[in-house]
Amino acid sequence: MSTVFSSAISDSSSSGATQARPQTGAEIVVQSLVNHGVDTIFAYPGGASIPLHQALTRYRDKIRVILPRHEQGGGFAAQGYARSTGKIGVCMATSGPGATNFVTPIADAKLDSVPLLAITGQVNTAVIGTDAFQETPIVEVCRSVTKHHYLVTDVKDIARVMREAFYVATTGRPGPVLIDLPKNVQTAQTIPDYEAPMNLPGYRLGQQRAKPEDIEQLAAMIRRSKRPMIVAGGGVIRANASNELRTLVKKTRIPVAMTLMGLGAFPGDDPLSLDMLGMHGSVYANYAVDNADLLIGLGMRFDDRVTGKVSEFAPRAKIVHIDIDPSEINKIKRADLAICGDVKHALAELNQIVEPPEDLSEWHRKVAAWKHDEPFTYDRDFPGILPQHAISELWRLTRDKDVIITTGVGQHQMWTAQYYKFREPRRLLSSGGLGTMGFGLPAAAGAKAAFPERLVIDIDGDGSLLMNIQEMATCYCEKLPVKVMLLNNMHLGMVVQWEDRFHAANRAHTYLGSIDDPEAIGLGNGISPEHRYPDFVAIAKGFHWEARQVSQKSELVPALEDMINSPAPFLVDVQVPYQEHVLPMIPAGMTVRDLIKR
Amino acid sequence: MRHVLSALVQNVPGVLSHISGMLASRGYNIDSLAVGETEDPRLSRMTFVVVGDDRVLEQVRKQLEKIVTVVRVEDVSAQNYVERDLMLVKVAAPPGKRSEIRELTEIFRGRIVDVAPEMVIIEISGPERKIEAFIELMRPFGIIELVRTGRIAMVRGARQPENEDS
Repeated sequence: MSTVFSSAISDSSSSGATQARPQTGAEIVVQSLVNHGVDTIFAYPGGASIPLHQALTRYRDKIRVILPRHEQGGGFAAQGYARSTGKIGVCMATSGPGATNFVTPIADAKLDSVPLLAITGQVNTAVIGTDAFQETPIVEVCRSVTKHHYLVTDVKDIARVMREAFYVATTGRPGPVLIDLPKNVQTAQTIPDYEAPMNLPGYRLGQQRAKPEDIEQLAAMIRRSKRPMIVAGGGVIRANASNELRTLVKKTRIPVAMTLMGLGAFPGDDPLSLDMLGMHGSVYANYAVDNADLLIGLGMRFDDRVTGKVSEFAPRAKIVHIDIDPSEINKIKRADLAICGDVKHALAELNQIVEPPEDLSEWHRKVAAWKHDEPFTYDRDFPGILPQHAISELWRLTRDKDVIITTGVGQHQMWTAQYYKFREPRRLLSSGGLGTMGFGLPAAAGAKAAFPERLVIDIDGDGSLLMNIQEMATCYCEKLPVKVMLLNNMHLGMVVQWEDRFHAANRAHTYLGSIDDPEAIGLGNGISPEHRYPDFVAIAKGFHWEARQVSQKSELVPALEDMINSPAPFLVDVQVPYQEHVLPMIPAGMTVRDLIKR
Repeated sequence: MRHVLSALVQNVPGVLSHISGMLASRGYNIDSLAVGETEDPRLSRMTFVVVGDDRVLEQVRKQLEKIVTVVRVEDVSAQNYVERDLMLVKVAAPPGKRSEIRELTEIFRGRIVDVAPEMVIIEISGPERKIEAFIELMRPFGIIELVRTGRIAMVRGARQPENEDS
């Protein structure tokens, strides 16, 4: 990671020569963005950020400003840009409510280690602390959900702070940085020094390079292992280490399971892929964890959705943990060998010396048998459209195109992880750590802004889509023709599933239609297509999208083909039953022995 | 286990709030926290007393080090160190009791810094155990008010060379 971005930093110092003429704070901000190679930002203006937007218009040829329809949408669009490109995402909002609407995307970026720069306007320094109009102490609010944050009170500090912000957000374990800029600081003038030295005495990237003796020990552990497995997390993708991972597997033939954030780090349709592990992971990935004698965790953090009951996670395995963040080492699971450093570098070094384990044939046989006997499965003869079927068909139709998939959060997200086989990194954009509903549509818009030539499809649920549906306007007006495959069951499906499994199917505010419908209290058998609420097709058309509704199995593929082939933003509202559960499932805090298959 | 951690932090607004917020939100038990400037005006020193096993200590320390404005964290209690706490205590001291209070104060090398008709203020400093013992001795007289700085600590002898790994 560090190497990738350190080159960006040094580029900036060459292109951002010190200006001899005075500039306003707002201009310094925008010039700094240009110096750091930013070509797109997502910005919603307001009283306290007007000078910034005025300055942005003077850099029109260098920076595209996309106007979201809600600051949260802007934050997630910037994330979609960052997650799909690996570059920093930049979003901007005004003070007060504009800034507080950033809290969720910032917290989301923190948990998923997404490099994000959020810039907020603030009231004039003279009135800070007086409860002025649209004043919130956003740095105070966001302290614990940012990697770093600044309230800039002197225009002379802006150039240095911008430099530091880019550096902190993109190096080490990436994360969100917030810069809060009072309006009078935006309008004040100074002669900027774009090469001002950074003042970050406490920001040491620590051991970014794995120690050679640790790499040798890991190679020896691999050589001795009989039942090894790799668990690849989002860190492999953040570090651009997918190729190194693939080389390692080619050399050693060790099976690979992935966390939700790691999907695509290794090809999902490779015979050695165990797909996702954890709560809704594959049976075979979880069996492998239970049987492995060596578990190599790469850029992952033993999240509770991955481990279940920690003490019984990988009980027979020596644990090797490679992560760039020292605080992740031994946080949840004690590592027998902990390597704190850049996973790309560690794998490259390992690949130099690694030899395959002596004999994996027995282990391979075992894993292949689990994979064969207990695949992800659903009722293929179901007369209507099951969500799993819709995703499988979308995968079949798009597998040979270079598609970016985004999701909301819930059942549809887990089914996407299970049934869409990601072959390359940065092709699945999903809110993993924070689990933010409403992520899918704005993230798709951001990815489309970065990759106009690629097909970008949001596989969404009706609950999630409605949370940021206003971004349909952004997609249309900003010419970001993304697609939405809506798996519409008129329920909050994941919560319904937990109600069914753990609360005697008692419906507690999980039905998204009228409170007069019998479904609201768990009766009835689903609403017929013409009585569905809301009318997503009409909504989409109101935003000048193309849209179709399908409820018959035979209609699905033609509608998806229309969607894929259309140059316009396109919604397919797929009517699916709400009774379907995401399986397999290891209930929270439990073990592989409690795995629910039916 | 009780550990004394010493953190050197950048002297910028919000650091104290950031650190205390992190400790609270992660549920760490802090017995005492003292903050003050150092010989370098750009840096402040924070001294924490943390209660927990080695695992908790390791996490507290790593989470502190992760905060960008925290320059260095040291586990003072892992080394040979001096620890002090400063206390002001206001004790009921009617004329008949004063000499007894004065005697105890002298034994503890404290000082009486204010005398009023019915009460005295005693200043006393030292390691935690000494302070606690003095409080217990003053209780029967009637403690009216008590204020402590929290513990500060320093490693004995020559300063250790700075270690990037620490």
